[in-house]
Amino acid sequence: MLNRTLAPKFHAIEEFTLIRPQEIQLDNGCKIFYFNSGEQELVRLEWIFNNLNFITSRPLSNIAVNTLLAEGTTSRTAAQIASEIDFYGAFLQVEYGADHSQVTLYTLNKHLKATLAVIKDILINATFPEKELQTYIRNQQQKLQVSLQKNDVVGRRTFNKALYEGTIYGFAPEAEDYAQLKQDDLLLHYEQQYQPANCTLVIAGKVDENVMETISDFFSDWQNRITADFTRPDVNKIAGKLIYIEKPNALQSAVRLGTSTINSKHPDFPGLQVLNTVLGGYFGSRLMANIREDKGYTYGIGSAIVSMKKTGTFFIATEVGAEVCREAIQEIEKEINLLKTVLIPEEELSLVRNYMLGSLLGSLENVFSHADKFKNLYFSNVDYSYYDRYAETVKNITSEELKALANQYFDFDGFVKVIVGKY
Amino acid sequence: MVRFNRFTLANGLKVLVHEDKTTPMAVVNVLYDVGARDENPNQTGFAHLFEHLMFGGSENIPAYDEPLQRVGGENNAFTSNDITNYYITLPAVNIETAFWLESDRMLNLAFSEKSLDVQRQVVSEEFKQRYLNQPYGDVWLKLRPLVYKKHPYQWATIGKELSHIENAKIEDVKAFFKKHYNPQNAILVVGGDVDTAQVKVLAEKWFEPVPSGEKYHRNLPKEPEQVEERREVVVGKVPLNSLYMAFHAPGRMEKASYPVELLADILSRGNSSRLYQTLLKEKQLFSEIHAYLSGSLDEGMLVIEGKPLETVSIEQAEAAVWEELEKLKTELVQENELMKVKNKTESTLIFTEMSLLEKGMNLAYFELMGDADNLNHETEKYLAVTAEEIREQSRKIFRRENLSTLVYLAEEVAETLVA
Repeated sequence: MLNRTLAPKFHAIEEFTLIRPQEIQLDNGCKIFYFNSGEQELVRLEWIFNNLNFITSRPLSNIAVNTLLAEGTTSRTAAQIASEIDFYGAFLQVEYGADHSQVTLYTLNKHLKATLAVIKDILINATFPEKELQTYIRNQQQKLQVSLQKNDVVGRRTFNKALYEGTIYGFAPEAEDYAQLKQDDLLLHYEQQYQPANCTLVIAGKVDENVMETISDFFSDWQNRITADFTRPDVNKIAGKLIYIEKPNALQSAVRLGTSTINSKHPDFPGLQVLNTVLGGYFGSRLMANIREDKGYTYGIGSAIVSMKKTGTFFIATEVGAEVCREAIQEIEKEINLLKTVLIPEEELSLVRNYMLGSLLGSLENVFSHADKFKNLYFSNVDYSYYDRYAETVKNITSEELKALANQYFDFDGFVKVIVGKY
Repeated sequence: MVRFNRFTLANGLKVLVHEDKTTPMAVVNVLYDVGARDENPNQTGFAHLFEHLMFGGSENIPAYDEPLQRVGGENNAFTSNDITNYYITLPAVNIETAFWLESDRMLNLAFSEKSLDVQRQVVSEEFKQRYLNQPYGDVWLKLRPLVYKKHPYQWATIGKELSHIENAKIEDVKAFFKKHYNPQNAILVVGGDVDTAQVKVLAEKWFEPVPSGEKYHRNLPKEPEQVEERREVVVGKVPLNSLYMAFHAPGRMEKASYPVELLADILSRGNSSRLYQTLLKEKQLFSEIHAYLSGSLDEGMLVIEGKPLETVSIEQAEAAVWEELEKLKTELVQENELMKVKNKTESTLIFTEMSLLEKGMNLAYFELMGDADNLNHETEKYLAVTAEEIREQSRKIFRRENLSTLVYLAEEVAETLVA
């Protein structure tokens, strides 16, 4: 008779294999990393550029230049670019972050040459046509009005601004910022940022010799233009405070609290990831167990540590019933203090260890995921030994060490706390 | 091409196995053939509330998530108007844990009052977060009953109103489980670094002892053909006016859904699509505009939604949309444009094969629709669509008497209109 109360035997995850890229550099300074693997005849290419130094008088430049890259070149209109990419069943995405901006192309190998021609044009000959710029400004201003009605969006903007005012990490666009955009400024920014020496191209998929030859041919005559400033100022730590934005009719309050902290270059970072997972980093976390699964105050609550070039951010975010907002924040404080005073039981810690190792294994789903892991390392300036240290830490860190980390890095009074809704 | 093997257990549970040795992981996907369309009109939101309760412990296992996380696994679930789908990803070496957990909750739930209490509250907060505390969040609560007068698609999966969830009783929960959660109403898909023989042994060990239960026979009211145009105007605390035009369209099971999918793509897929290029870029009437099919198994809908610029009236906006729809009814789509949407569909299907979880979910869904192997013939069905079929469908769908329009007016704008 089957005994269903007994869990089947299981195996701890001992090892995982990361695929490392091959590397070449073009004469113009463009570095290319490629991963050749996968069953399907397709490929993903990412052209990644460091952002320019943040200029407070033209705060939107990075974002606007990136977003408008595919809106026209000296030989193609925005409509032509879109039609060509769509015709070949390809996907062109532009994305910006605080430290980097990128252009991503997903294409079937059979259409690589045709789609690369479009990308090359965008990277070398973009013109930011006045008409497209005005359309962008108008539509972004409209979308902003909708976003600003969402409490969680307002919470995130307010929180980042409080922690990082005056730097790119704290920037949240206002309607006026869009209005100030000028075509000439965008062109200058474009010429400085989108240059081969500032480009890292990461390729993943079916990348054989032919593919690499095609790509090298395409981009070998891409010229550097002018010198540019890529520096980043250091970030200062802000003292804890409460920012309350009242919304009288809110049914829920958006809550976001946390602090600037270490980033992945710091030796404590993997340990802090373990601590964060216990607190709010997975479905069974303490915050979820207490505030959702025991009290029913929210649909979801979580915490995370984000690593950026000059800083890291630790935050807890949730949307809670407006009438229980105060109780929810008290429970969050209680959970933070528990980590600082009481050792995490081995039973819970071993679960988190296995969960994190399983997650790591599961995050290596396909060749794209291996490229993503590489990008994390490369742009944080750490090497592949990081994942060895990460796995070692996850397997071996003790409850005592985690308690010490909690005391070192979590100070509830030192957190910036943003509440949008009712309190 | 997603290869698979298939067998049925003595209790009626269908099992599909997709061997993929490129990953060290496994996926276990359980699809239950029950969705919001199967709910009692006075107890809506129940299928979704029930999905939450499936994580509250089963007859022999007090907590569902904890043992799974302990072996390095993750899981989640979703409820739609048609189905409820549960999925696990975990290291393939620990796959038996997934069989143990999923079979026990198919066997019987713990049905604790505490779990019901808490999940009622959690779902109420989800209702607020997604539908009530967001600008335009309640659109689907208003649009569905406008489009569907008889078919249960008239309510959203979250339910018609908060009170239906707040009033859920443990007896109702038990009855719902008995009716829908049994091997005959489920499809199990196992994928990843697994062997069919091994899956068969595990399935027979863990799932075959689950009693087969009663087969649920769906008998839903058909939506009668709409005979006159419907229109509703709501005024709310939103920053901008918004327009929603919903046409009845074929469901996913109908052959006509293929030309209609491509029709929606021609209108709205990618930056080269017609609505985007013409109405947003050239004529500068909208700040956002999209068209999409609901993709439901029964009678579907094709929705066009857009936010006109502040200087553009709703009437102007509607007239401009109609101009584009009329073109599709009169002129044949050019070969180039048709090829474009076909190419996009083809490449999307290939990209989808990069994800083990998506492959697993798709196999289950296509098996529900009749045969998982149809997943491997999707591309050819899209490639076979002709420009004439697209025009024919446009003529059938884009008629005033087939249309329900919801106009969402921003409060301040509405005031000036009255003044």
